Amino acid sequence: MGKTLYDKVFDSHTVAQLPSGQTQLFMGLHLLHEVTSPQAFSSLDERGLRVAHPERTFATADHIIPTHTRLRPLQDSLAEEMLGALESNVAKHGIPFFSPARREQGIVHVLGPELGLTQPGMMICCGDSHTSTHGAFGSLAFGIGTSQVRDVLATQTLSMNRLGVRRIEVNGKLRPGVYAKDVALYIINRLGVKGGVGFTYEYAGEVIDRFTMDERMTLCNMSIEGGARAGYINPDETTYAYLKGRRFSPSGANWERAVQYWNSVRSDADAVYADVVRFDGAQIEPMVTWGITPGQSVGVSDKVPELSSFPATERETAEEAYRYMSFEPGQPISGTKVDVAFIGSCTNGRLSDFEEVARLIQKSQRKVAPGVRALIVPGSHNVRQALIERGYDKLFTDAGFEFREPGCSMCLAMNPDKLTGRQVCASSSNRNFKGRQGSPSGRTLLMSPAMVAAAALSGSVTDARQLFDLR
Amino acid sequence: MSLDTRRIVIEGTAVPVRGDDIDTDRIIPARYLRTVTFSGLGAHAFEDDRAELTRAGKQHPLDVSAYSGARILLANKNFGCGSSREHAPQALIRWGKGITAIIAESFAEIFNGNCFSLGIPCVKVDEATAQALMAATEARPDLVFQINLERSTIEAGPHRVGFEMPEGVRRRFLEGSWDSTAELMANLPQIEATSARLPYTSGFAG
Repeated sequence: MGKTLYDKVFDSHTVAQLPSGQTQLFMGLHLLHEVTSPQAFSSLDERGLRVAHPERTFATADHIIPTHTRLRPLQDSLAEEMLGALESNVAKHGIPFFSPARREQGIVHVLGPELGLTQPGMMICCGDSHTSTHGAFGSLAFGIGTSQVRDVLATQTLSMNRLGVRRIEVNGKLRPGVYAKDVALYIINRLGVKGGVGFTYEYAGEVIDRFTMDERMTLCNMSIEGGARAGYINPDETTYAYLKGRRFSPSGANWERAVQYWNSVRSDADAVYADVVRFDGAQIEPMVTWGITPGQSVGVSDKVPELSSFPATERETAEEAYRYMSFEPGQPISGTKVDVAFIGSCTNGRLSDFEEVARLIQKSQRKVAPGVRALIVPGSHNVRQALIERGYDKLFTDAGFEFREPGCSMCLAMNPDKLTGRQVCASSSNRNFKGRQGSPSGRTLLMSPAMVAAAALSGSVTDARQLFDLR
Repeated sequence: MSLDTRRIVIEGTAVPVRGDDIDTDRIIPARYLRTVTFSGLGAHAFEDDRAELTRAGKQHPLDVSAYSGARILLANKNFGCGSSREHAPQALIRWGKGITAIIAESFAEIFNGNCFSLGIPCVKVDEATAQALMAATEARPDLVFQINLERSTIEAGPHRVGFEMPEGVRRRFLEGSWDSTAELMANLPQIEATSARLPYTSGFAG
């Protein structure tokens, strides 16, 4: 009987069976940011402990960082205190820090892969639920809480339970104008926001095989929105081509041995899964969320669903969503006016996301619609630099977009980038929770970067396939 | 200060927070994560949900005075989904008299793990039980609940029901050994052996 990648990596990282019945697992890579680590370091200090493996630990600042200026001290004294705490903690414990001052910083889930820190067959953790992103490389990667951050700092290990693996195949071919984000939103819509609880997702199939690494990261990133703490894709030539030559990637003779190891962790052809789900990629439309969970979405040509279309158990949440979003059941989603357009985040803040947006803006020759505030927030300094080298900074600003410094920004609005009042935001981020984008009554419509661009240029939710003539 | 970390019988009144998929952004909005400690979070638990209901002329259960002494939170499905922020359970244990256990139909995984790390039992009941317990506490907010981890039962007035919890988790609550750092540190030689066995820790150097 064959094994899945999950089983192989889980087994090779097993340190011990714990009396609790849980398994102690070694963490190959521990990523830190300023929001979920300060209390972990304090607790470590209280217990007189040191960081066990600073060489397997890497830090950056992303959540609280302003994107309009890099000046210190930060205007927000609380944010400054957090950044200062991170700087002193990493200095004290000898942890490599990718700092804003040296222009090395980025969103932790954009930066790790970019540097080649994220590699197949590793266990990876971070005090951040979107750590699932790194599963795109065939690693097992998941978010943890601050107490667990302390555990990993102290021991480089975690105690966990073994989960079942659900294989999700997306076969066929995506239609033009349909992106990885649409696939992610479609899967969550079909399987539900709690469908993945207790599972790790293995994504496979023709569509996934053809995906670039950026697209795979977008898909794995959203696993947690479907309830799955981790989601992964078996490593292949696409993965290796991406990794080759990165700063922390193996090189020379070590590269061959690495590829051999990476190939060995792939799921076996006769691996046994807890569950297999198949989708036809050709059925997927550009998706837009209308509600307050990432599962409440429709195709752009669809209408906000009728209450009767939901099973009894989902009606309460649906009614709350209609109320909060001010949508009527049966109302077309297309044409919804937007106040803000946000392109960025760990879901869709990578180079190819912005390259596609630049291509579409160029093609349409349009400018941001009057009254719409549109933000381009690169996922990292590297992404930002690459965009500047291509002249896209000018293209974006000429079209009426603000071109910002990198950070999490308006995905969760812990920095000054926030919605106000009941503003509606077309957003390439990952969560449309109530209040998520910084205004307690702000409204978020999740969609692909291309769809956000279409909304920015036309002032309302618009089918990007029509606006940009994608055929 | 008592060092008894055992969780055997948890007793107290309950506060029902109805609704599926209540995410951690709702439990503690992101703006309150701008802190290097967890102190003071209790005052902001469910802040935006509470304000929204107040504006609508209604009351969030956390604002109902009859529930102000609650030590147990009752919830529905997928409670604590979304962000991994431990600030969510940290806010709940600092709200009012402090939440010490949560009864729900299901929990999001990271939230459940965070609660475990803090010694807050998350106990799972079926939908009918959750509804019955919520109705019972809504009818009588002074109804005292007893979550008995030894017997795996919840008792509240006439209600006596069982709950689900993985055996290892339940045992660690009973033993008071839910703080995992010490347990993990006991295996330092095995940790180093595992690290040495993994090819990438040497950068694949032969």
